[in-house]
Amino acid sequence: MTEVQQAVAARFDLRLERRRRLGQILAVVLFFSTLFGLLVLTSLMVDVVRKGVPWLDWQFLTSYPSRNPEAAGIKSAIVGSFWLMLLTALFSVPIGVGAAIYLEEYAPRGWFLRLIQLNIANLAGIPSVIYGILGLGLFVRFFALGRSLLAGALTMSLLVLPIIVISTQEALRAVPQGIRESAYALGATRWQVVSNHLLPIAAPGILTGIILALSRAVGETAPLVMIGALTFIAFLPESLLDPFTVLPIQIFNWTARPQEAFRGLAAAAIIVLMMFLFLMNLSAILLRNYYERHRPH
Amino acid sequence: MDKRIFPMLGGLLVLLLAGCGRGQQQEGRFTGSVHIDGSSTVYPLTEAVAEEFMKQYPGVRVTVGISGTGGGFSKFVRKETDINDASRPIRPIEDSLARQNGVEYIELPVAYDGIAVVVNPRNDWVECLTVEELRRIWEPNSTIMRWNQVRPSFPDRPLNLYGAGTDSGTYDYFTAAIVGEEHASRSDFTASEDDNVLVQGVSGDPNALGFIPLAYYEENKDKLRAVAIDDGNPENGEGCIQPSPETVNNGTYQPLSRPIFIYVSVERANDPAVEAFVEFYLQHAAELAPEVGYVPLTAEAYELALERFRNRVTGSIFGGEGSQVGVRVVDLLRLERQSTEGTEE
Repeated sequence: MTEVQQAVAARFDLRLERRRRLGQILAVVLFFSTLFGLLVLTSLMVDVVRKGVPWLDWQFLTSYPSRNPEAAGIKSAIVGSFWLMLLTALFSVPIGVGAAIYLEEYAPRGWFLRLIQLNIANLAGIPSVIYGILGLGLFVRFFALGRSLLAGALTMSLLVLPIIVISTQEALRAVPQGIRESAYALGATRWQVVSNHLLPIAAPGILTGIILALSRAVGETAPLVMIGALTFIAFLPESLLDPFTVLPIQIFNWTARPQEAFRGLAAAAIIVLMMFLFLMNLSAILLRNYYERHRPH
Repeated sequence: MDKRIFPMLGGLLVLLLAGCGRGQQQEGRFTGSVHIDGSSTVYPLTEAVAEEFMKQYPGVRVTVGISGTGGGFSKFVRKETDINDASRPIRPIEDSLARQNGVEYIELPVAYDGIAVVVNPRNDWVECLTVEELRRIWEPNSTIMRWNQVRPSFPDRPLNLYGAGTDSGTYDYFTAAIVGEEHASRSDFTASEDDNVLVQGVSGDPNALGFIPLAYYEENKDKLRAVAIDDGNPENGEGCIQPSPETVNNGTYQPLSRPIFIYVSVERANDPAVEAFVEFYLQHAAELAPEVGYVPLTAEAYELALERFRNRVTGSIFGGEGSQVGVRVVDLLRLERQSTEGTEE
């Protein structure tokens, strides 16, 4: 062994030791960052629950906003959030899932597809307020939908479409290639393969993606502030072109008020929104488990 | 009704629910809608008026949004809203946009708001500041970094500044009143659009000096101490004046009292719903303003404003020049009425 080789070997041992130590340090750091995140979340939850629970009652859920904290409620915001979510799902799910099926199963591979893929990935990362500006220009003004439920739902659909497309694509990609090949071998058409085999198998993944995307739509404020969703509404929407408000906007408004009581109301509204999101995420998990147990293959 | 092109899935249920309120129409002879947007400062008052109005006129649907005075005006001049809430008078550029789009407006003062200069309760050295001292602190490129630079008798401690965000009407008015130029100040201060954040900041910093709307001081008297202001003008109160609803109302808390406004589109003012709403606003603002932390105008000012609205007097009493300091709305309204009467007769 030459001197050089010895030196290299010695340094290699040294580095191995150092790498081990680094690994241990990193494990500790990662543990604490997890702990930190959990602590922040817990303290926020505890604070919100402590402030909000005294305000949370049936009257709060069934009253319109008011200057008087005792009489104020989130009826119009709950109904607005509900309709917004439903309409957003109505627009974005068929288009998003459809686009993903086309991109995965039909589109010819090539530079054009890669370009589209890249753009969709980019769109998923655009700050939501940009979608608000787009919605304001396109739906509110150009299509003259006004500051309506329809304009809000269309804007939110644009916002969540990339998320739905990407998660659906990933779910389709996770289906074993053998299933496609067997189906084609038996003479199935492309659509038969998609509808009878791929979609049922990919359903849990697709549904999870959709529900997570809709949870995002329900929690978003910025784009709706941009298109001008309103803050004080003491009636319920009766058509798609009626004005509306949603929970995050009501919360945002109440936290900015000088009176302490409104902060309690905001906390109570946050609890309602969290329950809403929790139920949605829970249903995502339950649906996934259900479909996994009842897999067609 | 023409808007109900797409009846929704649950429209029936919604109508049933809404029907409960529809039965008892006493004064609600007409239906319609009133769309309002604009300043977050004016919002609580407009919300209160809208709430009371809809109790009396259940057929009218009033909506109130918050996009800031400027953001609201940009919608107002595009005819997207009927009324704009404004915490400062219209600016020349907004006025010319309104002209371009053929939007005529009626400017109506609805209440007073004060701006309180606040310090931490542990600050035991400052009782009163003059407008001149405040100007030297806040002017652009100010070199004052420590309390003893404001006044030699103050301790040698750092001076930490807090103030409203530069997009707010509060900032515009404060700079116009103190620095002498709207929208001009030093930039090294902690700025927030959310006044509750400023309250928290000042209440946790013994070296702090900040300015916030009066309503936020009134709600946080246990956490903050207000500094009295001396404007050096004995005509509106001698010496240092503490901010309070009384001193704002009697015109002695100067120059940090400002009127807040609504701007009504003339075209939409002829709609019975909008007309009824504006009249209701001016008739009930005096009783509703204190409930939401604002100071009402005098009874005479509301009467003059109502007259101004009924006569559809358009344009700004401030000549479209933006914030003006130390003027009493009632004087301007009186002056204007005299001049218009003069030309008509």
